[in-house]
Amino acid sequence: MTIRIAAPPPSSKPAIALYAAGHCIDNRWLARHVDLAINVGETFVLMGPSGSGKTTTLKLINRLLEPSEGRVEIHGIDSSSLDPAELRRGMGYVLQDGGLFAHQTVRKNIGILPELLGWAEANIRDRVDELLNLVGLSPEEFGDRYPTELSGGQRQRVGIARALAVDPPVVLLDEPFSALDPASRRHLQQEFLSLSRRLKKTFVIVTHDIFEAVLLGDRIGVMNEGALVQSASPGELLRHPSDSFVRSLFGKNRYQLRLMTTCLRDAMNQHFGQPVLEGTLSPTAVELHPDASLWDALDTLENQQADVVHAVGPRGVLCALSRRDLLEATVAA
Amino acid sequence: MMGAAVTWQEIAEALLEHLRLTFIALTLAIVVGMPLGVYLLRERFLSGPVLAVLSAIQTIPSIALLGFLIPLFGIGAKPAIFALFLYALLPIVRNTYTGLGQVDHAAIEAARGIGLRERQVLLRVMIPQALPFLMAGIRTSTVLTVAVATLGAFVGAGGLGTLIFRGVSMIHTPTILAGALPAALLALFFDTVFAFVERWVTPVALRKNKV
Repeated sequence: MTIRIAAPPPSSKPAIALYAAGHCIDNRWLARHVDLAINVGETFVLMGPSGSGKTTTLKLINRLLEPSEGRVEIHGIDSSSLDPAELRRGMGYVLQDGGLFAHQTVRKNIGILPELLGWAEANIRDRVDELLNLVGLSPEEFGDRYPTELSGGQRQRVGIARALAVDPPVVLLDEPFSALDPASRRHLQQEFLSLSRRLKKTFVIVTHDIFEAVLLGDRIGVMNEGALVQSASPGELLRHPSDSFVRSLFGKNRYQLRLMTTCLRDAMNQHFGQPVLEGTLSPTAVELHPDASLWDALDTLENQQADVVHAVGPRGVLCALSRRDLLEATVAA
Repeated sequence: MMGAAVTWQEIAEALLEHLRLTFIALTLAIVVGMPLGVYLLRERFLSGPVLAVLSAIQTIPSIALLGFLIPLFGIGAKPAIFALFLYALLPIVRNTYTGLGQVDHAAIEAARGIGLRERQVLLRVMIPQALPFLMAGIRTSTVLTVAVATLGAFVGAGGLGTLIFRGVSMIHTPTILAGALPAALLALFFDTVFAFVERWVTPVALRKNKV
């Protein structure tokens, strides 16, 4: 690889930037004039109906497709100046059904890139064990299985582990949970959320599932007919959709999505709930972090058959919110 | 009639010559055919014409093809080997092409996406998953080559065909059998061996009916 002396320090640049990038096949623009900057450590969701250009945009990032117009920069470096294989090794890639190699065991699947990069066998073994544990699969039980001997959810976990094998700073996921049944999809999304928070990598996720987008995304880029319509945080997108198309995405789920995107702290800031004084703590209250969503709070109340949530910060209980407070805050939000 | 028309040593020598013709022709066909199959997968628009030409070659009667090659290669092993090579090409090219073409597209895309180079995608993902197809092509070519190689005697290439031709001209059945029987057994032997190899190279997870 050539060394670019003029390259600025990577930290000052977005992890991924598209400048009026697009891709055209047979005179048809699958994506057009996409301007996008994804920050280091951010989870960015590309969301839209099928054929809206989100997968095309994702593939422009790792050069599975070359831009027909515009350019793509990775950590400030023009991606066309990089060796494609080298570029992709700095980015994990996860496909819808895992895209696992059917002829190899789970262990071999995950270890393929370390092996090609000439890692010592013992290091590969340790790394694969570590990754399997990370994605919640026991190395002893699953390491020697073949992809056909796994459930859809397990295949997806292996796909994620493989994408993380050489610890890339960026991971791209194309419809990672779409092939799963609703129950395991929600479960895996939750696990992915906590995993992504721990790993502090830059994630780009393509999905057509608005709940997945709102749950996982720090920011969501809505695509329609090849164009990036709006990029904003989930809350911003819900409250200030830029046009009727973005609004139509939420449909009847608007209130549920608001519950998911409003946290206890937001409700407190709007003066919902009661301040809690020492000695007046309700013993049956459920304790949650102020960053917990109202959705989680209501769900926890339901599960634990409690009536009051205590928002608990580092210096103790900040506020008590009843179920009624939570619902009113939702409508106000 | 019985006499000492054919000795064991003659049969053994003819068999070895036969194997040599088959082996050289097959090796050439594999060395040329497999890369050609890979190339056709890259340049798909060429696959139709190339496979059509290879199929057309198969339809030329063997004796005629050998005859055509005499002006080019003279008499002996050379024209026979070249003819066998041409016959062996089609099954190998076609199976390489279709075998690699049927590999799970998501797996190939994933391999590229995580940073495998084109060569590594071919060697690590496509060829292993297509191995049963590739072996089936070699198996078909081998059986075909062993059978057609008997006609090599027609241009003086030697092999088991020599005994058959001699037997026919003498109208002496035991001599014909001395050539035909080993040739038939050889074809059966390779067919069986390759059937096992084919099964053996099929990745465990891709086997339809597990033993």
